[in-house]
Amino acid sequence: MDAVAVEVLLQTLIAGLLLGGLYALIGIGMTLIMGVMKIINLAHGELMMVAMYLAYWLFVLLHIDPYISVLIVAPLMFFFGMAIQRFLINPVLKVESILPENQVILTVGIGMVLANLATIFFTSDYRSTPVDYASEAWYLSDFWRNSPIELSLSVPWTVSFVMAVLITVALWFFLTKTDTGKSIRATAQDIEAAILMGVNVERMRLITFGLGAALVGAAGCLFIPIYYLYPSLGGKFTLIAFVITILGGLGSTVGAIIGGLILGVFESLTATYIGMGWAPVGRFVIFIIALIFLPGGVASILRRHRLGR
Amino acid sequence: MRPLLEVKDVSRFFGGLAAVMDVSFSVYPGEIVGLIGPNGAGKTTLFNVINGFYKPSKGDIYFKEKKISGLKPHQICKLGIARTFQVVKPLQRMSVMDNVLASAFLRVKSKTEARERAEEILRFTGLYDDRDKLSKGLPLGKRKRLEIARALATGPELLLLDESFAGLNPTELNESIEIIKKIRDSGITILIIEHHMKVIMSISDRIVVLNYGEKIAEGTPQEIANNPVVVEAYLGEAVDA
Amino acid sequence: MKRYAPYLILGIMAILPLIGLSTYMLHILIMVIMWSVIGMAWNLLGGYCGQVSFGHAAFFGVGAYTAGILYYKLGVSAWWGVPLSVLILVVEALIIGFICLRLRGPFFALATLAMGEVMRVTAENLRDFTQGSLGIMLKERTWVEKTWYYYIILLIAAVSFVVVKKVIESRLGYYFVAIREDQDAAESLGINTTLYKTIALCISAVLTGLAGAFYTNYMGYIDPEVVFALHDISIVTIMVVMVGGVATFWGPVVGSVIMVLLAEFIRSLPRLGSAHQTLFGILLIVIIIFLPNGIVGDFPKIKRIFGFGRRS
Repeated sequence: MDAVAVEVLLQTLIAGLLLGGLYALIGIGMTLIMGVMKIINLAHGELMMVAMYLAYWLFVLLHIDPYISVLIVAPLMFFFGMAIQRFLINPVLKVESILPENQVILTVGIGMVLANLATIFFTSDYRSTPVDYASEAWYLSDFWRNSPIELSLSVPWTVSFVMAVLITVALWFFLTKTDTGKSIRATAQDIEAAILMGVNVERMRLITFGLGAALVGAAGCLFIPIYYLYPSLGGKFTLIAFVITILGGLGSTVGAIIGGLILGVFESLTATYIGMGWAPVGRFVIFIIALIFLPGGVASILRRHRLGR
Repeated sequence: MRPLLEVKDVSRFFGGLAAVMDVSFSVYPGEIVGLIGPNGAGKTTLFNVINGFYKPSKGDIYFKEKKISGLKPHQICKLGIARTFQVVKPLQRMSVMDNVLASAFLRVKSKTEARERAEEILRFTGLYDDRDKLSKGLPLGKRKRLEIARALATGPELLLLDESFAGLNPTELNESIEIIKKIRDSGITILIIEHHMKVIMSISDRIVVLNYGEKIAEGTPQEIANNPVVVEAYLGEAVDA
Repeated sequence: MKRYAPYLILGIMAILPLIGLSTYMLHILIMVIMWSVIGMAWNLLGGYCGQVSFGHAAFFGVGAYTAGILYYKLGVSAWWGVPLSVLILVVEALIIGFICLRLRGPFFALATLAMGEVMRVTAENLRDFTQGSLGIMLKERTWVEKTWYYYIILLIAAVSFVVVKKVIESRLGYYFVAIREDQDAAESLGINTTLYKTIALCISAVLTGLAGAFYTNYMGYIDPEVVFALHDISIVTIMVVMVGGVATFWGPVVGSVIMVLLAEFIRSLPRLGSAHQTLFGILLIVIIIFLPNGIVGDFPKIKRIFGFGRRS
């Protein structure tokens, strides 16, 4: 392999890892909701799209940097998510119907409405947010003058990645160290036991959906400096989120992180070596491979030591 | 006599834990064998292994001298082992009749024959008057009996009953006991998990006792009742629960 | 009387074009019938067998492209796509079934959704076969008049109706519903769940593909965005059945009448035309919350049919 090939490979891997970190954040939100509520939120990407428009307008109108607007957008999305859970999903959980998949179909409906409303209000134009650090990058040769290969690290990508990691760590603290976090985990593991232990399951569901929305909202803000914004991007990210969830193992947070990273790297590799247009196919190929060869996802490997069903 | 069902050194692990550990026993044609043990002793897991939901981690299971471990549940059912579930699994939005009919199709292909067979079984189990009701609307006692009816409709030689008496009132209990005896008299062999000591002692020909996944005793009801190891295992559990 | 209803309706449908309908009316009818076929196909798999597919566009699109590619690459009439799509779709259904049917409930739904997207992206990228996003255009149309198209789709619909009805009333139908109600119980009652789910998927895929192959011939133009559309095909398919009534014979027909008319109505509104997905989405949400079994399913008179579209 010559230097250029090595360079391309390393650059691809770096890009994949950075993307994967952000994917992980999206996946965690979805997997949390799946773990606690046992439903798949197919409006997940659309929630991210809403958050991205919030961040976009905060930047354009009030000149608030996207990285700072996380602090505004995430709480707003938290309440938005709680409202969806309270007024739309909860009633359906109580309706008896032939197909339990009704709840999933409901979230599809919510996603359709959100995407379409965004088109009506903001048109289907592609927008990018003109942050002034958008194309800044660090170069390996700046640090190591005689480096045989040249690698670059985009500033916004790196900042977004680091923030995604920080948010994930904060979430981990919340879930393992606080009472509410522990109750959420208890609800996810065994809902009946949780009820017996006096956990207010209804409230945990509300908080979880809010949290899932806030996480994907935060991810949206982190994507704003590095990605285009258009109303139908939600569908794409919903698919990404659930591919990660399947790959990681249903309801597993650690699995979602690993799944996100794998997916990011894999997509990056497909885009470099096969072609940009095939990146979405790469995504599904990995999804299908996971379904066939690793039905429990990454989590099943991590969990080998726990009692089965 | 050759055993109908032979469980040979069967173990089933989940992760590192053994739910069933080196269990061996045989069931002979025409018998009612009771399978008892405290909660968590591995009885239902053993059923799931026999019926094919789980593969044994170790050991083998033979039915009519043919190895069945590793086969799928529907294949095992086709060979002649039917089961009921502890937590009843009626096909909720199907009528009682359709529940039994769906199972009866295993042995007969025409709808008329299946219907005749289903009607006969519904009469046999005393569910005929409820045949048009949706099964989710049935009271627990009848749902438990529907489980049995459905299993019978598949034309089994061996019937695995998982706590078919739990939660029944005294009248229902007596009816169910009568049905079980009638099933045995019709030539079907029965392996039954039961918590209800009085019932199991009165209907079983032999009893196998599991504790923490291991077989701790096997014998006639009389022998089991006087077995100190069994009494020990049951200490702290209400014996007449 | 009820026994003859299908023949009566078929008879009425057969003479409708003779009374001189406008081209537009005929187009609406063709769309209603085509969506009925897709709805019946989905209903067999989703409503009766309980395997909710979010990716029926994968079958519709492959049917459509079977016809399109025959025309574009081999230069034969796109009508040959109708019979050929049967074979192609069985193969596709077997492959998709092998991958997806091991999953249960919502995860099956998501896997099929992914399949639909895979097919779309593949069609966009296999430019040599499909012309990618340019799509395939039939340069000459078989008929200018719509009447013959109407009769052809009516024939496909009649065949679909008979197939679905025969299947549901047979042993297969009982197996399908048993699988929907409790897969573990079904398996332990001797039902080879994998086999029967695969059969349901194959029948459903073939019928949907026939509608797709017809679509190519009728519309004269296809592209991946249209025939593999997630919202406008896969989700609308689900809506047709949900609005009409899941696991009922007439639900998909009623649903397609409502959905096609509604779509036309919304399109005709000057301001709201672009909001049709919002209105569809709201309709979907309302139906799920208030009429979870659809118009036919929740119709009080036939409440007894609830869950199993038949009572002797």
